[in-house]
Amino acid sequence: MSLSIAPFLITLSLSDRLRKQSKSRKLPHWEKFYRNTFFVSLFLLVTDIVVKDNGIMPWIWILYLGFLLVMSQQEKEFRTMRMFLLAFVPYAVVSFVSTFSEGLLPDFYNAYESYFKSGESIAIIWWVAMLFSMNRQDKIAEKERIKRLREDEINRAIAIRKVELEGLVAERTAELTRQKEELEETLSELKNTQSQLIQSEKMASLGELTAGIAHEIQNPLNFVNNFSEVSNELLVEMEEEMEQGNVEEVRGIITDLKSNLEKINHHGKRADSIVKGMLLHSRAGSGQKEPTDINALADEYLRLAYHGLRAKDKSFNSAYRTELDPAIGKVNVVPQDLGRVILNLLTNAFYVVSEKKKREGAGYEPEVVVKTEKREASLLITVSDNGDGIPSKILDKIFQPFFTTKPAGKGTGLGLSMCYEIVTQGHGGELKVETEEGRGSVFTILLPIETPTKA
Amino acid sequence: MMKILVVDDEQDIRSLFEQHFRKEIRKGEMDFVFAFSGEEAMDYINSGENEAVLILSDINMPGMSGLELLHNIREKYATPPPVVMMITAYGDAYNYHMAMENGANDFLTKPLDFGSLKLKLNALIL
Repeated sequence: MSLSIAPFLITLSLSDRLRKQSKSRKLPHWEKFYRNTFFVSLFLLVTDIVVKDNGIMPWIWILYLGFLLVMSQQEKEFRTMRMFLLAFVPYAVVSFVSTFSEGLLPDFYNAYESYFKSGESIAIIWWVAMLFSMNRQDKIAEKERIKRLREDEINRAIAIRKVELEGLVAERTAELTRQKEELEETLSELKNTQSQLIQSEKMASLGELTAGIAHEIQNPLNFVNNFSEVSNELLVEMEEEMEQGNVEEVRGIITDLKSNLEKINHHGKRADSIVKGMLLHSRAGSGQKEPTDINALADEYLRLAYHGLRAKDKSFNSAYRTELDPAIGKVNVVPQDLGRVILNLLTNAFYVVSEKKKREGAGYEPEVVVKTEKREASLLITVSDNGDGIPSKILDKIFQPFFTTKPAGKGTGLGLSMCYEIVTQGHGGELKVETEEGRGSVFTILLPIETPTKA
Repeated sequence: MMKILVVDDEQDIRSLFEQHFRKEIRKGEMDFVFAFSGEEAMDYINSGENEAVLILSDINMPGMSGLELLHNIREKYATPPPVVMMITAYGDAYNYHMAMENGANDFLTKPLDFGSLKLKLNALIL
Protein backbone atom coordinates (compact mmCIF):
# COMPACT_ATOMS: atom_id res chain seq x y z
CA MET A 1 0.00 0.00 0.00
CA SER A 2 2.69 2.41 1.08
CA LEU A 3 4.55 1.42 -2.05
CA SER A 4 1.88 2.60 -4.44
CA ILE A 5 1.25 5.88 -2.56
CA ALA A 6 4.94 6.86 -2.79
CA PRO A 7 5.33 6.37 -6.58
CA PHE A 8 1.96 8.05 -7.08
CA LEU A 9 2.99 11.12 -5.10
CA ILE A 10 6.38 11.18 -6.77
CA THR A 11 5.10 10.88 -10.34
CA LEU A 12 2.29 13.31 -9.51
CA SER A 13 4.68 15.91 -8.15
CA LEU A 14 7.03 15.35 -11.10
CA SER A 15 4.19 15.88 -13.62
CA ASP A 16 2.92 18.84 -11.70
CA ARG A 17 6.33 20.52 -11.58
CA LEU A 18 7.01 19.90 -15.22
CA ARG A 19 3.57 21.24 -16.12
CA LYS A 20 4.16 24.39 -14.11
CA GLN A 21 7.58 24.81 -15.68
CA SER A 22 6.07 24.37 -19.14
CA LYS A 23 3.47 26.97 -18.35
CA SER A 24 5.92 29.55 -17.04
CA ARG A 25 8.22 28.88 -20.02
CA LYS A 26 5.31 29.18 -22.40
CA LEU A 27 5.51 25.67 -23.82
CA PRO A 28 1.77 24.85 -24.32
CA HIS A 29 2.25 21.36 -25.84
CA TRP A 30 4.39 20.24 -22.88
CA GLU A 31 1.88 21.76 -20.51
CA LYS A 32 -0.86 19.74 -22.11
CA PHE A 33 1.34 16.62 -22.05
CA TYR A 34 2.02 16.91 -18.34
CA ARG A 35 -1.62 17.62 -17.57
CA ASN A 36 -2.34 14.26 -19.16
CA THR A 37 0.43 12.50 -17.24
CA PHE A 38 -1.23 13.82 -14.07
CA PHE A 39 -4.30 11.79 -14.95
CA VAL A 40 -2.11 8.83 -15.89
CA SER A 41 -0.67 8.86 -12.34
CA LEU A 42 -4.18 9.06 -10.93
CA PHE A 43 -5.30 6.19 -13.21
CA LEU A 44 -2.30 4.06 -12.17
CA LEU A 45 -3.06 4.64 -8.49
CA VAL A 46 -6.68 3.58 -8.92
CA THR A 47 -5.56 0.51 -10.92
CA ASP A 48 -2.98 -0.33 -8.24
CA ILE A 49 -5.63 -0.14 -5.51
CA VAL A 50 -8.14 -2.18 -7.51
CA VAL A 51 -5.69 -4.82 -8.79
CA LYS A 52 -3.87 -5.21 -5.45
CA ASP A 53 -0.43 -6.61 -5.13
CA ASN A 54 0.11 -8.60 -8.32
CA GLY A 55 3.82 -7.95 -8.80
CA ILE A 56 3.35 -6.08 -12.12
CA MET A 57 2.27 -2.71 -10.77
CA PRO A 58 5.70 -1.84 -9.19
CA TRP A 59 7.23 -2.44 -12.63
CA ILE A 60 4.65 -0.23 -14.29
CA TRP A 61 5.30 2.51 -11.72
CA ILE A 62 9.04 2.30 -12.33
CA LEU A 63 8.65 2.29 -16.08
CA TYR A 64 6.27 5.18 -15.85
CA LEU A 65 8.65 7.18 -13.61
CA GLY A 66 11.56 6.34 -15.95
CA PHE A 67 9.42 7.42 -18.89
CA LEU A 68 8.70 10.79 -17.25
CA LEU A 69 12.36 11.32 -16.44
CA VAL A 70 13.45 10.47 -19.98
CA MET A 71 10.71 12.66 -21.50
CA SER A 72 11.78 15.56 -19.32
CA GLN A 73 15.15 15.37 -21.06
CA GLN A 74 13.50 15.75 -24.50
CA GLU A 75 12.86 19.44 -24.01
CA LYS A 76 16.04 21.46 -24.15
CA GLU A 77 14.53 24.07 -21.84
CA PHE A 78 14.23 21.53 -18.99
CA ARG A 79 17.83 20.37 -19.15
CA THR A 80 18.78 23.21 -16.88
CA MET A 81 16.60 21.60 -14.19
CA ARG A 82 19.10 18.84 -13.38
CA MET A 83 18.92 19.61 -9.65
CA PHE A 84 15.20 19.17 -9.71
CA LEU A 85 15.44 15.84 -11.49
CA LEU A 86 18.04 14.69 -8.98
CA ALA A 87 15.25 14.59 -6.40
CA PHE A 88 13.55 11.75 -8.31
CA VAL A 89 16.52 9.76 -9.58
CA PRO A 90 17.48 8.11 -6.24
CA TYR A 91 13.95 6.90 -5.73
CA ALA A 92 13.73 5.64 -9.32
CA VAL A 93 17.01 3.72 -8.93
CA VAL A 94 16.27 2.35 -5.49
CA SER A 95 12.73 1.23 -6.38
CA PHE A 96 13.99 -0.27 -9.66
CA VAL A 97 16.70 -2.29 -7.88
CA SER A 98 14.27 -3.28 -5.12
CA THR A 99 11.48 -4.34 -7.51
CA PHE A 100 13.98 -6.12 -9.75
CA SER A 101 15.43 -8.12 -6.81
CA GLU A 102 12.02 -8.85 -5.32
CA GLY A 103 10.69 -10.26 -8.59
CA LEU A 104 13.79 -12.08 -9.93
CA LEU A 105 16.04 -12.78 -6.90
CA PRO A 106 13.56 -13.29 -4.02
CA ASP A 107 16.25 -14.98 -1.79
CA PHE A 108 18.60 -12.12 -2.14
CA TYR A 109 15.71 -9.69 -1.61
CA ASN A 110 14.48 -11.44 1.52
CA ALA A 111 18.00 -11.59 2.96
CA TYR A 112 18.49 -7.84 2.49
CA GLU A 113 14.85 -6.68 2.70
CA SER A 114 15.53 -4.30 5.57
CA TYR A 115 18.26 -2.62 3.50
CA PHE A 116 15.94 -2.25 0.53
CA LYS A 117 13.19 -0.86 2.75
CA SER A 118 15.48 1.66 4.44
CA GLY A 119 17.03 2.57 1.05
CA GLU A 120 13.53 3.26 -0.23
CA SER A 121 12.76 5.33 2.88
CA ILE A 122 15.98 7.30 2.50
CA ALA A 123 15.13 7.90 -1.18
CA ILE A 124 11.68 9.18 -0.14
CA ILE A 125 13.16 11.39 2.59
CA TRP A 126 15.68 12.63 0.05
CA TRP A 127 12.83 13.42 -2.33
CA VAL A 128 10.81 15.25 0.38
CA ALA A 129 13.89 17.22 1.46
CA MET A 130 14.66 18.12 -2.15
CA LEU A 131 11.03 19.12 -2.62
CA PHE A 132 11.25 21.53 0.32
CA SER A 133 14.49 23.01 -0.85
CA MET A 134 13.10 23.31 -4.37
CA ASN A 135 10.00 25.04 -3.09
CA ARG A 136 12.19 27.53 -1.32
CA GLN A 137 14.22 28.06 -4.45
CA ASP A 138 11.01 28.44 -6.40
CA LYS A 139 9.83 31.13 -4.04
CA ILE A 140 13.11 32.96 -4.45
CA ALA A 141 12.90 32.55 -8.22
CA GLU A 142 9.33 33.81 -8.15
CA LYS A 143 10.40 36.85 -6.18
CA GLU A 144 13.16 37.41 -8.70
CA ARG A 145 10.68 37.10 -11.53
CA ILE A 146 8.28 39.59 -9.92
CA LYS A 147 11.18 41.91 -9.30
CA ARG A 148 12.25 41.60 -12.94
CA LEU A 149 8.70 42.23 -14.04
CA ARG A 150 8.56 45.34 -11.92
CA GLU A 151 11.89 46.45 -13.31
CA ASP A 152 10.57 45.89 -16.80
CA GLU A 153 7.56 47.97 -15.94
CA ILE A 154 9.79 50.70 -14.55
CA ASN A 155 12.00 50.51 -17.63
CA ARG A 156 8.97 50.82 -19.84
CA ALA A 157 7.77 53.83 -17.82
CA ILE A 158 11.26 55.30 -18.09
CA ALA A 159 11.23 54.75 -21.82
CA ILE A 160 7.90 56.57 -22.10
CA ARG A 161 9.19 59.38 -19.89
CA LYS A 162 12.34 59.48 -21.98
CA VAL A 163 10.34 60.02 -25.15
CA GLU A 164 8.39 62.78 -23.40
CA LEU A 165 11.60 64.34 -22.16
CA GLU A 166 13.19 64.13 -25.58
CA GLY A 167 10.21 66.02 -26.93
CA LEU A 168 10.63 68.63 -24.22
CA VAL A 169 14.36 68.87 -24.87
CA ALA A 170 13.76 69.37 -28.57
CA GLU A 171 11.26 72.09 -27.74
CA ARG A 172 13.63 73.79 -25.33
CA THR A 173 16.50 73.44 -27.79
CA ALA A 174 14.44 75.16 -30.44
CA GLU A 175 13.60 77.91 -27.98
CA LEU A 176 17.23 78.27 -26.93
CA THR A 177 18.36 78.38 -30.53
CA ARG A 178 15.85 81.12 -31.20
CA GLN A 179 17.05 82.99 -28.10
CA LYS A 180 20.65 82.49 -29.15
CA GLU A 181 19.89 83.95 -32.55
CA GLU A 182 18.15 86.88 -30.92
CA LEU A 183 21.13 87.38 -28.62
CA GLU A 184 23.52 87.21 -31.54
CA GLU A 185 21.49 89.82 -33.31
CA THR A 186 21.48 91.99 -30.21
CA LEU A 187 25.21 91.44 -29.83
CA SER A 188 25.92 92.55 -33.36
CA GLU A 189 23.68 95.56 -32.79
CA LEU A 190 25.62 96.32 -29.64
CA LYS A 191 28.91 95.93 -31.49
CA ASN A 192 27.68 98.38 -34.10
CA THR A 193 26.62 100.77 -31.39
CA GLN A 194 29.98 100.33 -29.71
CA SER A 195 31.93 101.16 -32.85
CA GLN A 196 29.65 104.14 -33.37
CA LEU A 197 30.25 105.17 -29.77
CA ILE A 198 33.99 104.81 -30.24
CA GLN A 199 33.82 106.92 -33.36
CA SER A 200 31.66 109.55 -31.68
CA GLU A 201 33.95 109.47 -28.65
CA LYS A 202 36.84 110.13 -31.00
CA MET A 203 34.97 112.93 -32.69
CA ALA A 204 33.85 114.32 -29.34
CA SER A 205 37.39 114.37 -28.00
CA LEU A 206 38.41 116.07 -31.23
CA GLY A 207 35.46 118.45 -31.04
CA GLU A 208 36.44 119.45 -27.52
CA LEU A 209 39.83 120.30 -28.89
CA THR A 210 38.73 122.13 -32.01
CA ALA A 211 39.49 125.53 -30.55
CA GLY A 212 42.83 124.30 -29.28
CA ILE A 213 43.67 122.82 -32.63
CA ALA A 214 42.67 126.05 -34.34
CA HIS A 215 44.99 127.88 -31.99
CA GLU A 216 47.75 125.39 -32.64
CA ILE A 217 47.39 125.92 -36.37
CA GLN A 218 46.94 129.66 -36.08
CA ASN A 219 50.12 130.01 -34.06
CA PRO A 220 52.55 128.65 -36.66
CA LEU A 221 50.60 130.41 -39.40
CA ASN A 222 51.12 133.69 -37.54
CA PHE A 223 54.82 132.99 -37.51
CA VAL A 224 54.80 132.18 -41.21
CA ASN A 225 53.03 135.47 -41.93
CA ASN A 226 55.16 137.50 -39.50
CA PHE A 227 58.44 136.09 -40.72
CA SER A 228 57.58 136.58 -44.38
CA GLU A 229 56.49 140.15 -43.67
CA VAL A 230 59.61 140.97 -41.73
CA SER A 231 61.70 139.34 -44.43
CA ASN A 232 60.17 141.69 -46.97
CA GLU A 233 61.05 144.61 -44.77
CA LEU A 234 64.56 143.24 -44.35
CA LEU A 235 64.96 143.05 -48.13
CA VAL A 236 64.05 146.72 -48.44
CA GLU A 237 66.53 147.53 -45.70
CA MET A 238 69.14 145.36 -47.37
CA GLU A 239 68.77 147.31 -50.59
CA GLU A 240 69.27 150.52 -48.65
CA GLU A 241 72.34 149.11 -46.92
CA MET A 242 73.75 147.89 -50.24
CA GLU A 243 73.39 151.34 -51.75
CA GLN A 244 75.27 152.73 -48.80
CA GLY A 245 77.86 149.97 -49.19
CA ASN A 246 77.47 148.60 -45.65
CA VAL A 247 78.65 145.07 -46.45
CA GLU A 248 78.61 143.98 -42.79
CA GLU A 249 75.00 145.03 -42.39
CA VAL A 250 74.06 143.29 -45.63
CA ARG A 251 75.74 140.10 -44.38
CA GLY A 252 73.82 140.36 -41.09
CA ILE A 253 70.54 140.80 -42.92
CA ILE A 254 71.30 137.81 -45.16
CA THR A 255 71.89 135.68 -42.07
CA ASP A 256 68.56 136.84 -40.65
CA LEU A 257 66.80 136.13 -43.93
CA LYS A 258 68.24 132.63 -44.03
CA SER A 259 67.09 131.89 -40.51
CA ASN A 260 63.69 133.47 -41.29
CA LEU A 261 63.21 131.15 -44.24
CA GLU A 262 64.12 128.20 -42.02
CA LYS A 263 61.60 129.40 -39.44
CA ILE A 264 58.89 129.83 -42.08
CA ASN A 265 59.60 126.29 -43.20
CA HIS A 266 59.61 125.01 -39.61
CA HIS A 267 56.29 126.61 -38.73
CA GLY A 268 54.73 125.56 -42.01
CA LYS A 269 55.67 121.99 -41.22
CA ARG A 270 54.31 122.38 -37.71
CA ALA A 271 50.90 123.45 -39.02
CA ASP A 272 51.06 120.65 -41.54
CA SER A 273 51.74 118.00 -38.92
CA ILE A 274 48.90 119.28 -36.74
CA VAL A 275 46.42 119.06 -39.60
CA LYS A 276 47.72 115.59 -40.43
CA GLY A 277 47.49 114.56 -36.79
CA MET A 278 43.92 115.80 -36.64
CA LEU A 279 42.99 113.84 -39.74
CA LEU A 280 44.73 110.82 -38.29
CA HIS A 281 42.84 111.22 -35.05
CA SER A 282 39.42 111.50 -36.67
CA ARG A 283 39.93 108.69 -39.16
CA ALA A 284 38.24 105.40 -38.24
CA GLY A 285 41.66 103.89 -37.68
CA SER A 286 43.17 101.48 -40.17
CA GLY A 287 44.80 100.01 -37.09
CA GLN A 288 48.11 99.63 -38.82
CA LYS A 289 51.26 99.94 -36.80
CA GLU A 290 53.88 102.21 -38.23
CA PRO A 291 57.17 103.67 -37.06
CA THR A 292 56.16 106.66 -34.98
CA ASP A 293 58.13 109.36 -33.24
CA ILE A 294 56.70 108.87 -29.76
CA ASN A 295 58.21 112.06 -28.35
CA ALA A 296 56.73 114.21 -31.13
CA LEU A 297 53.39 112.50 -30.66
CA ALA A 298 53.41 113.12 -26.91
CA ASP A 299 54.50 116.73 -27.36
CA GLU A 300 51.88 117.44 -30.01
CA TYR A 301 49.01 115.97 -28.04
CA LEU A 302 50.16 117.79 -24.92
CA ARG A 303 49.83 121.07 -26.75
CA LEU A 304 46.50 120.07 -28.27
CA ALA A 305 45.10 119.06 -24.90
CA TYR A 306 46.36 122.17 -23.17
CA HIS A 307 45.20 124.63 -25.79
CA GLY A 308 41.97 122.73 -26.29
CA LEU A 309 41.00 123.08 -22.65
CA ARG A 310 42.38 126.57 -22.54
CA ALA A 311 40.20 127.60 -25.45
CA LYS A 312 37.15 126.04 -23.88
CA ASP A 313 37.60 127.44 -20.43
CA LYS A 314 39.25 130.85 -20.42
CA SER A 315 40.01 130.70 -16.72
CA PHE A 316 41.81 127.39 -17.09
CA ASN A 317 45.52 127.48 -16.65
CA SER A 318 48.09 124.92 -15.77
CA ALA A 319 51.80 124.51 -16.01
CA TYR A 320 52.89 121.62 -18.17
CA ARG A 321 56.21 120.19 -19.10
CA THR A 322 57.73 117.31 -20.93
CA GLU A 323 60.62 115.08 -19.97
CA LEU A 324 61.26 113.28 -23.21
CA ASP A 325 63.92 110.63 -23.57
CA PRO A 326 65.65 111.20 -26.93
CA ALA A 327 66.82 107.58 -26.97
CA ILE A 328 63.32 106.42 -27.90
CA GLY A 329 63.30 107.40 -31.55
CA LYS A 330 60.72 105.69 -33.70
CA VAL A 331 58.65 102.82 -32.39
CA ASN A 332 56.06 100.68 -34.15
CA VAL A 333 52.65 101.74 -32.84
CA VAL A 334 49.24 102.68 -34.21
CA PRO A 335 49.79 106.44 -34.01
CA GLN A 336 46.16 107.57 -33.95
CA ASP A 337 45.31 105.01 -31.27
CA LEU A 338 48.26 105.77 -29.06
CA GLY A 339 47.64 109.48 -29.66
CA ARG A 340 44.11 109.03 -28.37
CA VAL A 341 45.38 107.30 -25.25
CA ILE A 342 47.85 110.08 -24.53
CA LEU A 343 45.24 112.72 -25.32
CA ASN A 344 42.72 111.07 -23.07
CA LEU A 345 45.14 110.76 -20.15
CA LEU A 346 46.14 114.37 -20.67
CA THR A 347 42.62 115.80 -20.84
CA ASN A 348 41.81 113.85 -17.68
CA ALA A 349 44.93 115.20 -15.98
CA PHE A 350 44.17 118.77 -17.01
CA TYR A 351 40.56 118.31 -15.93
CA VAL A 352 41.51 117.21 -12.41
CA VAL A 353 44.09 119.93 -11.89
CA SER A 354 41.69 122.61 -13.13
CA GLU A 355 38.96 121.33 -10.80
CA LYS A 356 41.42 121.49 -7.92
CA LYS A 357 42.54 124.97 -8.92
CA LYS A 358 38.93 126.19 -8.95
CA ARG A 359 38.53 124.89 -5.43
CA GLU A 360 41.84 125.82 -3.87
CA GLY A 361 42.68 129.03 -5.71
CA ALA A 362 45.99 130.86 -5.47
CA GLY A 363 47.72 128.47 -3.08
CA TYR A 364 47.76 125.66 -5.60
CA GLU A 365 49.90 125.46 -8.72
CA PRO A 366 48.57 122.90 -11.14
CA GLU A 367 51.09 120.96 -13.14
CA VAL A 368 50.89 118.15 -15.68
CA VAL A 369 54.01 116.29 -16.78
CA VAL A 370 54.48 114.01 -19.74
CA LYS A 371 57.51 111.81 -19.50
CA THR A 372 58.93 109.23 -21.87
CA GLU A 373 61.60 106.77 -20.99
CA LYS A 374 63.32 104.00 -22.86
CA ARG A 375 63.92 100.81 -20.94
CA GLU A 376 65.68 97.73 -22.25
CA ALA A 377 62.88 96.20 -24.31
CA SER A 378 60.09 98.53 -23.39
CA LEU A 379 58.97 102.08 -23.51
CA LEU A 380 57.35 104.07 -20.73
CA ILE A 381 55.05 106.99 -21.24
CA THR A 382 53.83 108.58 -18.04
CA VAL A 383 51.27 111.29 -17.58
CA SER A 384 51.30 112.71 -14.09
CA ASP A 385 49.27 115.41 -12.43
CA ASN A 386 49.25 116.98 -9.00
CA GLY A 387 45.48 116.90 -8.69
CA ASP A 388 43.36 115.22 -6.07
CA GLY A 389 44.29 111.65 -6.82
CA ILE A 390 41.81 108.82 -7.15
CA PRO A 391 39.93 107.55 -4.07
CA SER A 392 40.92 103.92 -3.43
CA LYS A 393 37.31 102.76 -3.42
CA ILE A 394 36.86 103.62 -7.10
CA LEU A 395 40.39 102.81 -8.21
CA ASP A 396 39.52 99.36 -9.52
CA LYS A 397 36.60 100.75 -11.51
CA ILE A 398 38.28 103.48 -13.50
CA PHE A 399 39.09 101.26 -16.47
CA GLN A 400 35.55 99.91 -16.67
CA PRO A 401 33.40 101.16 -19.53
CA PHE A 402 30.84 103.85 -18.66
CA PHE A 403 32.49 104.61 -15.34
CA THR A 404 32.98 108.32 -14.89
CA THR A 405 33.31 110.72 -12.02
CA LYS A 406 32.47 113.68 -14.18
CA PRO A 407 28.99 115.20 -13.82
CA ALA A 408 26.29 113.82 -16.12
CA GLY A 409 26.76 114.92 -19.69
CA LYS A 410 30.43 115.77 -19.20
CA GLY A 411 31.95 112.36 -19.79
CA THR A 412 30.88 109.15 -21.50
CA GLY A 413 32.96 106.99 -19.19
CA LEU A 414 34.48 105.34 -22.22
CA GLY A 415 37.77 107.20 -22.31
CA LEU A 416 39.90 105.15 -19.94
CA SER A 417 38.32 101.83 -20.89
CA MET A 418 39.26 102.52 -24.50
CA CYS A 419 42.75 103.56 -23.46
CA TYR A 420 43.08 100.32 -21.58
CA GLU A 421 41.93 98.30 -24.57
CA ILE A 422 44.23 100.12 -26.98
CA VAL A 423 47.27 99.69 -24.76
CA THR A 424 46.70 96.08 -23.65
CA GLN A 425 45.03 94.50 -26.66
CA GLY A 426 46.17 96.77 -29.45
CA HIS A 427 49.78 97.04 -28.38
CA GLY A 428 50.35 94.19 -25.94
CA GLY A 429 51.33 96.67 -23.28
CA GLU A 430 50.16 97.65 -19.83
CA LEU A 431 48.28 100.65 -18.52
CA LYS A 432 48.80 101.26 -14.84
CA VAL A 433 47.92 103.93 -12.38
CA GLU A 434 49.56 105.03 -9.18
CA THR A 435 47.71 107.50 -7.12
CA GLU A 436 47.82 109.19 -3.78
CA GLU A 437 44.74 110.92 -2.51
CA GLY A 438 45.28 114.64 -2.38
CA ARG A 439 48.68 114.40 -4.08
CA GLY A 440 47.92 113.37 -7.63
CA SER A 441 48.02 110.48 -10.04
CA VAL A 442 50.53 108.93 -12.39
CA PHE A 443 49.26 106.97 -15.37
CA THR A 444 51.91 104.77 -16.95
CA ILE A 445 51.76 103.28 -20.42
CA LEU A 446 54.23 100.44 -20.75
CA LEU A 447 54.79 99.27 -24.32
CA PRO A 448 57.02 96.48 -25.53
CA ILE A 449 59.37 97.96 -28.12
CA GLU A 450 58.97 96.73 -31.66
CA THR A 451 61.73 98.46 -33.52
CA PRO A 452 60.75 99.34 -37.07
CA THR A 453 61.92 96.70 -39.52
CA LYS A 454 62.50 99.41 -42.07
CA ALA A 455 66.12 100.61 -41.95
CA MET B 1 65.94 154.83 -24.45
CA MET B 2 62.92 152.69 -23.76
CA LYS B 3 63.42 149.26 -22.23
CA ILE B 4 60.77 146.81 -23.33
CA LEU B 5 60.11 143.41 -21.74
CA VAL B 6 58.46 140.94 -24.08
CA VAL B 7 56.87 137.90 -22.44
CA ASP B 8 55.82 134.99 -24.62
CA ASP B 9 56.30 131.23 -24.43
CA GLU B 10 57.18 131.11 -28.13
CA GLN B 11 60.94 131.54 -28.54
CA ASP B 12 60.69 132.72 -32.13
CA ILE B 13 58.95 135.89 -31.02
CA ARG B 14 62.42 137.16 -30.10
CA SER B 15 63.84 137.25 -33.62
CA LEU B 16 60.60 138.72 -34.91
CA PHE B 17 60.89 141.69 -32.53
CA GLU B 18 64.62 142.06 -33.10
CA GLN B 19 64.13 142.16 -36.84
CA HIS B 20 61.10 144.40 -36.88
CA PHE B 21 62.74 146.88 -34.56
CA ARG B 22 66.20 146.52 -36.12
CA LYS B 23 66.59 150.19 -36.81
CA GLU B 24 65.24 151.28 -33.45
CA ILE B 25 67.57 148.90 -31.64
CA ARG B 26 70.52 150.04 -33.70
CA LYS B 27 69.71 153.65 -33.06
CA GLY B 28 69.45 152.87 -29.35
CA GLU B 29 65.86 154.02 -29.14
CA MET B 30 64.60 150.72 -27.86
CA ASP B 31 66.08 147.87 -25.89
CA PHE B 32 64.29 144.54 -25.80
CA VAL B 33 64.46 141.97 -23.04
CA PHE B 34 62.73 138.64 -23.45
CA ALA B 35 61.14 136.28 -20.99
CA PHE B 36 59.57 133.01 -22.02
CA SER B 37 57.18 132.56 -19.14
CA GLY B 38 55.33 134.58 -16.56
CA GLU B 39 57.66 133.23 -13.87
CA GLU B 40 60.75 134.26 -15.83
CA ALA B 41 59.27 137.73 -16.29
CA MET B 42 58.65 138.02 -12.54
CA ASP B 43 62.23 136.89 -11.86
CA TYR B 44 63.53 139.55 -14.20
CA ILE B 45 61.38 142.24 -12.62
CA ASN B 46 62.33 141.08 -9.11
CA SER B 47 66.03 141.02 -10.00
CA GLY B 48 66.08 144.78 -9.61
CA GLU B 49 67.18 145.55 -13.12
CA ASN B 50 63.66 146.65 -13.60
CA GLU B 51 64.13 149.45 -15.99
CA ALA B 52 61.43 148.19 -18.26
CA VAL B 53 58.83 150.80 -18.75
CA LEU B 54 56.86 148.76 -21.17
CA ILE B 55 55.82 145.20 -20.83
CA LEU B 56 54.30 143.26 -23.71
CA SER B 57 52.86 140.01 -22.48
CA ASP B 58 51.14 137.10 -24.06
CA ILE B 59 48.11 135.91 -22.11
CA ASN B 60 48.13 132.21 -22.92
CA MET B 61 51.19 130.69 -21.38
CA PRO B 62 51.56 127.53 -19.40
CA GLY B 63 52.19 128.15 -15.74
CA MET B 64 51.70 131.77 -14.76
CA SER B 65 49.41 133.26 -17.35
CA GLY B 66 49.71 136.77 -18.74
CA LEU B 67 46.74 137.87 -16.67
CA GLU B 68 48.33 136.58 -13.46
CA LEU B 69 51.56 138.31 -14.40
CA LEU B 70 49.67 141.55 -14.97
CA HIS B 71 47.92 141.15 -11.63
CA ASN B 72 51.24 140.57 -9.87
CA ILE B 73 52.87 143.55 -11.54
CA ARG B 74 50.00 145.87 -10.66
CA GLU B 75 49.96 144.63 -7.09
CA LYS B 76 53.69 144.92 -6.41
CA TYR B 77 54.86 147.81 -8.55
CA ALA B 78 52.44 150.59 -8.03
CA THR B 79 55.04 153.34 -8.57
CA PRO B 80 56.07 154.05 -11.22
CA PRO B 81 53.50 151.95 -12.98
CA PRO B 82 54.94 150.41 -16.15
CA VAL B 83 52.88 150.38 -19.30
CA VAL B 84 51.58 146.87 -19.82
CA MET B 85 50.13 145.71 -23.11
CA MET B 86 48.47 142.33 -23.33
CA ILE B 87 48.72 140.19 -26.43
CA THR B 88 46.50 137.22 -27.08
CA ALA B 89 45.47 134.87 -29.82
CA TYR B 90 42.03 134.73 -28.25
CA GLY B 91 40.63 138.19 -28.75
CA ASP B 92 37.48 137.31 -26.89
CA ALA B 93 35.42 139.43 -24.52
CA TYR B 94 36.45 137.47 -21.42
CA ASN B 95 40.17 138.00 -21.94
CA TYR B 96 39.69 141.62 -22.87
CA HIS B 97 37.54 142.24 -19.82
CA MET B 98 39.98 140.46 -17.51
CA ALA B 99 42.94 142.35 -18.97
CA MET B 100 41.25 145.73 -18.54
CA GLU B 101 40.05 144.89 -15.04
CA ASN B 102 43.61 144.01 -14.03
CA GLY B 103 44.85 147.33 -15.33
CA ALA B 104 46.24 146.63 -18.78
CA ASN B 105 47.05 149.69 -20.84
CA ASP B 106 46.29 148.05 -24.14
CA PHE B 107 45.01 144.86 -25.60
CA LEU B 108 46.49 143.47 -28.82
CA THR B 109 45.52 140.37 -30.74
CA LYS B 110 47.67 137.94 -32.63
CA PRO B 111 48.77 137.93 -35.39
CA LEU B 112 50.56 141.08 -34.25
CA ASP B 113 50.37 144.02 -36.55
CA PHE B 114 53.93 145.24 -36.12
CA GLY B 115 53.18 148.42 -38.10
CA SER B 116 50.57 149.66 -35.64
CA LEU B 117 52.59 148.35 -32.69
CA LYS B 118 55.53 150.40 -33.90
CA LEU B 119 53.30 153.48 -34.05
CA LYS B 120 52.05 152.85 -30.53
CA LEU B 121 55.60 152.41 -29.18
CA ASN B 122 56.84 155.48 -30.98
CA ALA B 123 53.96 157.45 -29.49
CA LEU B 124 55.13 156.32 -26.03
CA ILE B 125 58.70 157.38 -26.66
CA LEU B 126 57.72 160.87 -27.66
